[in-house]
Parts: sequence; structure tokens; C-alpha cells
Amino acid sequence: MNGVNDDIVLQVEDLTVYYELEEETVKAVNHISFSLKRGETIGLVGETGAGKTTTALALLRLVPDPPGVIKSGKITVCGNDMLSLPVQKLESIRGKDISMIFQDPMTSLNPVFKVVDQIAESLEIHEKLSKTEAHEKALDMLETVGISRSRGGEYPHQFSGGMKQRVGIAIALACSPQLLIADEPTTALDVTIQAQVLDLIKDLKDKNGTSVIMITHDLGIVAEICDQVAVMYAGHIVEHGSLDEVFNHTLHPYTEGLFNSLPNINDRKSELKPIPGLMPDPTNLPEGCAFAPRCEYATEACKTTQPELRTVGGTHKVACLRYDETDFHINRGKKHG
Amino acid sequence: MYRYVLKRLVLLIPVLLGVSFLVYFILDLAPGDAVDVLAPDDATQEDRERMREELGLNRPLVIRYLDYMSDLVRGDMGESYLSGQPVWDSFIEKAPNTLLLGFASLVVSVGLSLPLGIYSANRHGTWKDNVSMVLALLGLSIPNFWLGLLLMLLFALRLGWLPSGGADGFASLILPAITIGTGMMATLTRTTRSSMLDVIRQDYLRTARAKGVSERVVIRKHALKNALIPIITIIGTQLGGILGGAVLTESVFSWPGVGRLIVDSLNSRDTPMVTGAIIMTTMFFSVVLLLVDLLYAFVDPRIKAQYATKKGGKSNDNKQKQKASA
Repeated sequence: MNGVNDDIVLQVEDLTVYYELEEETVKAVNHISFSLKRGETIGLVGETGAGKTTTALALLRLVPDPPGVIKSGKITVCGNDMLSLPVQKLESIRGKDISMIFQDPMTSLNPVFKVVDQIAESLEIHEKLSKTEAHEKALDMLETVGISRSRGGEYPHQFSGGMKQRVGIAIALACSPQLLIADEPTTALDVTIQAQVLDLIKDLKDKNGTSVIMITHDLGIVAEICDQVAVMYAGHIVEHGSLDEVFNHTLHPYTEGLFNSLPNINDRKSELKPIPGLMPDPTNLPEGCAFAPRCEYATEACKTTQPELRTVGGTHKVACLRYDETDFHINRGKKHG
Repeated sequence: MYRYVLKRLVLLIPVLLGVSFLVYFILDLAPGDAVDVLAPDDATQEDRERMREELGLNRPLVIRYLDYMSDLVRGDMGESYLSGQPVWDSFIEKAPNTLLLGFASLVVSVGLSLPLGIYSANRHGTWKDNVSMVLALLGLSIPNFWLGLLLMLLFALRLGWLPSGGADGFASLILPAITIGTGMMATLTRTTRSSMLDVIRQDYLRTARAKGVSERVVIRKHALKNALIPIITIIGTQLGGILGGAVLTESVFSWPGVGRLIVDSLNSRDTPMVTGAIIMTTMFFSVVLLLVDLLYAFVDPRIKAQYATKKGGKSNDNKQKQKASA
């Protein structure tokens, strides 16, 4: 860590990632910025294709290249400028200071290596442990995530999906990283296992003071463990603030749409209101606000002008042109005051 | 797994029966017989008939075949019509030469193909990839005997560095091994490349990179082991094919191996020699393929698990189920 901002574990500034294919360019992530303090958890929320996973991979400099290109931006993890680091230094940070739990546990473990060896590998690389020490510690990790030590010598195909995900978590946590990226860690799991996995991440966060980026499209999970929320749409952050700000004082029409499409436990008779339409094609983003075609509040100006992310009070930021009008508010905001 | 091996070995019997039958009958269909080769030019028709009787060639084909087979199952492969020597002795005299040449070619082929295949997979779609693939394709398109002759011209005749033929120490092995090895290289390089390409974008390699594993180890350890199954299949088939398949190269370099033995015996209609040699080659081929299949289990634990369930029956099944639900 480099002195000045001791408390800041991650700083992302103006990150833009494109996938440059032969015929078209997928604008996956567009000019996003956020930062994360020690022990803090940010939720990256948005539907499939909003650029959440690409953002996460960019933080590790693991965007598949080709076709992925980080067009602009600066990523600082624990004082290291990730985008300009030499590869060797980068490898010494990956898995040690920053690590990631991947979305699909079925495919993210190597089928031909024993589970314990896959956990021990990062310990051998980063902690300079001997093979036996690393092996021992890997078995401890396995136990921490709720799998008996005796199963360490088995291969991924002998594990259920939930267990594989827990192995993925053990791998990510083996070297007690300062920053953990959890990319939809529960999406592939049964509801019962989901709770276990979340508890596990929470526990480790409390114990080690790890900062977490929780990528999800499940607002329930966000409410449960996040301090900050960033809502992503078509590669942009459209609303960003503390959990309370985003959940109880929602500003962006898209965020409102997300909430409206959730079942309401207090009003079981109310109909779900899905957001009409689809997310725009990221190879061909509209000139103005990307959400405008689906937005019930959109005006003519929205179709032609890109909204900037602006601060509206406290840490709360929103990217919506309508807030130029002082008396504008969305319906949800009205209800909650 | 033992049961599986046993089953495969038992299945070898019909294969060998079929092969021996085909070879024996096809040889009989070809015009002429051993007597035409053996008899001196001035031999009378009666002399020839007498020789046929001595060799047993005057009996009907089916009787001869059954006779041959009944000797064979008792471990007797008969004698060569030509030399009168036991077939087994002639074969076993040549086999080590062919095996030696085979393994040397394999070393050349694997030594070139794996690095080249991995290299081009890593640089998929670039000009480096294309150049590697053209090189590999050249290896396949250049006829073996022609390359052999050219190599011989250059290294034996012009430069005088290496002997042009015979089996006399390591130096005489180099040219034929390169000739066969480069021929095999093409298929193996392409297999390595495509198999690595399948693996290279897999999620688990991303996991390895995210752990901080260096790119070199990601490719050589994490990716290669997963890509190995098609690669060892090709290596196995090529190794099996070498014992009978290096006929041309063996002839060009006058290498005293099994391939030349078979061709020479064919020319002299030496049925027991040809049949015996081909049966041995087939057996070798099948055993190599069996070994390759067994090797799969050591490379991929999922295949090993299949053997375990097949063998272990019910108790093992239950154990697996319990584990999965745990």
C-alpha cells in the first residue's frame, strides 16, 4: 500500500472496455468510475450483458484479449496501477491482493487436478509455502468452506455444484485477499446453498476486513450484504450510492424498474411490472441515454443527449437528464418521500 | 479395470482370426505361388508338382488355412517357404530394428509437434500460426520416400555426414527417423493445436490465471493436461502403425525391419511369413491401442471413475451417489 490513501483498496477511474470483433465493436463497459474502502462491499447490479463481469475481469486484467481491449481508464488495486504493471508483478497480485470467485462453478475448476491441489496452488505461488505446508493449509481452507478434509484428494467431477462453488471460494480466499470479486457467486446454486455461500462470504469479510465487489442481479443479496450499490445498464453506471440511498431514495427510472419487477411480499396481489423492451445492442448503443427507449419518463432530449453521472446529494449519483428539472421525481420516489 | 483389460484381450481373438483369414485368402487369390519363385528355371512341370506337394500347396485352400491355424494356436507359426526358417525367428530378428526406428521417429515427431502445436494454438489466427500450419502440412504432403532420398543425397552423398542405409549404430538411425517423424508430425501438430484451442478458452484456465499462475504454467500444466487425450490417441495410433507401416522408408534406407520383411515375403509368395508377420503386427497395434485407452484413465480422472463404476458395481455406485448429494 502506498501511504496516502491507505483506506482505499480499489479505485476505478473512467474505465472503458470494448470487444473489438472483426465486423463490430461491443461497447461492454463505458467510462465507469468507483472506489472501495477497506472492509467495504459494493454491489454491481444489472441485467445480463450490462458489463458487470467485464468490469470485474478488467480489474484483474483478465479480459480475454483478443477481442477485449481496455480502451481507457485507470485501475488502482492496493496502490498498484493494474493496467501498466509488468506481467510478473501482475501475477504476484492476482490471487494474493485481489481474487475472484467465478460465476459458473461447473466450468471454473480444472477437471484433471485434485481439488486440494487447486487450492494449494495459489498458496505455493504467493505464500512461498512448501508443497506439504500448502497442502495442509488448503485442507484447512476446505474445512473453512464446510467441506470435510477427507474429500481434498477428490476431483471436481466428484463434487456437487454447491461444493464446487465452495471450492471456488476456498481458492479465492486462500491467500486472504484484500479485495474479493464475487461474480454472481450464488446464481448457479440452489436457494438453500445460496444462503450458505452468502454467510460464508460475510463471515470472511468480517474476519479479514476484506473488501468485496458483489456482482449480482439479485437485489435481495445486495440488501443483505452491500454498503454501496452501483446499478449498471448497457455498460454505464446509471445510479450509484449507499445502500440506503439507492434502495430507499431511488432516483433512476431503470433502478425503479428493477424494483418493480420484484415480487412484493406486503402486497401479494399486485402485479409484477416488468421493464418493457430489451437492453440495447451493445454494438450499436443509442446516441442519447441507453435506457431512453424503455423509459416511461423519457423526453425527446433523452434520445439525443448522453446523461452524465451527477451527484445529487451525499454520495448519491444518478445519470438521468430529467433531474435537470428541479421538480422531477419518479413514482417510487413519491411513495417513499 | 482388470476386467476391462481382459475383455479387450479376449476381443483380440476375433480380430486376429479375421486378419489371418483375410491375408491368407488374398495371398491365395494373387497369381502364382511360392513354387514359381523357388523352382529353378529349368525345373520340369513334375518337379514343380513335387515341390508343391512337399510344401503342402496342392491341398485345397481351406484345408491349408485350417492346418495353419491349428498350428498357430499351438504357438507354431510355421516355416518360411523360402528359407525354411521358423517364421517366429525371422520376425523376432527384424522386430527390434523396426521398434527402434519407430520410437526414434516418434521422438522426432512428438518433439516437433507438441511445441509447434502449442505455439500456434497460443497465436491462433496470426501469421505465426499460419506459418506453423503450413510447415505441418508440408510434412504431410511431401512423400516419405522422396524426402528420404533427398536427405540421403544431401547428408550421405554430398556432405558425407551420415550413412545412406543399413542399421549400423545411432548415425544410421537419424535419416530414416527424420523421414518418418516429419511425416507423422503433420497430423500430430494439427491435433495438438486444435485440442489446445478447445481448452485454451476454458473457464478453468481463467481461474488459474486469476490465482496468479504464470502464463507458462497455465499452458504447460493446466491446459496441456486437459488437451492430452486426443494427442495420446494419435501418438498411439502412429506408434501402432509404425511396426507395419514404415515399408517405403525401410526400403529406401535398406533398413532391415519388419516392413521390408513383409514386402520381400509378399514378392516371393511366402504365405506363412506374410501371415505370421501381419498377425504379429496386428497384435502389437491392438496392444498399443489398449495401452492408450488405459493411459486415458491416468490423464483424466473422470475416465478412471467410469472404470471404477463398471468394475465396482453396486456398492461403488452408492458411494458415488452419497458423495454427490453430500
